[in-house]
Amino acid sequence: MSFQPYVPPEQLIKDRSEFARKGIARGRSGVAVEYADGILFLADNPSATLHKISEIYDRVAFAGVGKYSEFEDLRIAGVRLADLRGYSYGREDVTAKTIANAYSQALSTIFTTQMKPYEVELLVGQVGDNPAENELFHILFDGSVADEQGFVAMGGRADDLNEQLKNGYAEGLALADAVRMASTALAHVEEKPSEVAHIEAAVLDRTRSRRKFRRLTGGELATIVAAQPSA
Amino acid sequence: MTKDPFSGFPSASYPLGADPSFFDLVRATESSGPASTRAADVPVQAPRVPHGTTVLALKCAGGVVMAGDRRAVEGFTIADERIDKVFPADESSAIAIAGAAGQATEIVRLFQTELEHYEKVEGDRLSLEGKANRLAQMIRGNFPMALQGLVVVPLFAGFDERHGGGRIFRYDVTGGRWEEADYHSTGSGGIHARATLKKRWRQDLSVEDAVAVAVEALYDASQEDVATGGPIPSRNIYPSVKTITEAGVVAVPEETVRAAFERIVGA
Repeated sequence: MSFQPYVPPEQLIKDRSEFARKGIARGRSGVAVEYADGILFLADNPSATLHKISEIYDRVAFAGVGKYSEFEDLRIAGVRLADLRGYSYGREDVTAKTIANAYSQALSTIFTTQMKPYEVELLVGQVGDNPAENELFHILFDGSVADEQGFVAMGGRADDLNEQLKNGYAEGLALADAVRMASTALAHVEEKPSEVAHIEAAVLDRTRSRRKFRRLTGGELATIVAAQPSA
Repeated sequence: MTKDPFSGFPSASYPLGADPSFFDLVRATESSGPASTRAADVPVQAPRVPHGTTVLALKCAGGVVMAGDRRAVEGFTIADERIDKVFPADESSAIAIAGAAGQATEIVRLFQTELEHYEKVEGDRLSLEGKANRLAQMIRGNFPMALQGLVVVPLFAGFDERHGGGRIFRYDVTGGRWEEADYHSTGSGGIHARATLKKRWRQDLSVEDAVAVAVEALYDASQEDVATGGPIPSRNIYPSVKTITEAGVVAVPEETVRAAFERIVGA
């Protein structure tokens, strides 16, 4: 029988939180912004193939920052949950709330019972038939969930980024304006010029047919970023 | 006694990495399993369900045309005159069903989810070859049911995005998979439809001509086979026809099918 020294729970949680925060702060940030036709996800990502933003189900998308292997694990678990739900019940019964709750449960258990907490932050978004029905959930490394509206930032510089987004955000932004606003905000907090090749962006677009998720291609992003903002 | 953090999620065991198969996931997570995988414990010999249907696929310039009649039969009774037997499997392939309707539509639904699941987990679509093989494995899973009389033998066709052009695959009850060079038809009226296809099919038919050939073949089959429904102009019932090209799986509008039918009968 192994002997474990007593560590007060406050200390344990403080240490783990600090560890997770440090890990997340080393990585880059990501944002989600509601725009006229849906929800835009945008992240700083130099890789064109290792995605931070992905499709979960018809109306639900996922974005993660932090340690790739860990949020990829969670992403695949989310896709499994969504597909199984949709197959067992109906396609409309798969919601961001279900997925966010499952992530919250998983991360909370990992935070308290595993050797080390996951160094990740997640966003789960669902586009509704009208802007009022959009849903955005922000899930932290310890499993805490927040229900957000309009815009949300995650990652090490989330506070600065939220400040930037607050200044630029308006209801019913056009997609191009939302992309420019979000990429400018990211570039500002990362303190480097925004490079199109380092932006990963995707939308949940309610005007699309069944599968609302669509990635914005490099060419599309370049055109948007180069263009002048509309008046 | 640490709690599995992922206990809220379905899981599938896999040697390394994530298993991108939804079919495996369903089998692993549901103790009862999808109907098609647990046929063996059906104790009684189910009545033999005749697969009254005609579905066909033929290659044309830039893709494939797939079509099916609209009739479902239960013995000597017409169960339905409006069912659709041609389904999009994903954005670039379609599946036409012949056989026991309940089993067949379930396999279609599972197959559609399978393709989308793979695409999401892997971030990349399966090759057309991969899709055809996967479907073969799923039909093989249904083999015990087939022995009970619930036979499912679909046609699968798609646009091969990596090599260009349309391809057609046919299946047998054991999950055997054969690629067809030009055209194929299956179901109780398949043999009659094939006679028409043999006469009418040419290399590089235009999409419009291929649609006309498909409608003619189905019409001929409906004249020879009681279980194959012909067009019913008075009730606006016409065969379902889909084109599968680089542009995706597109349903041919009813007016076009009606016009093709009217040209054939000289109305």
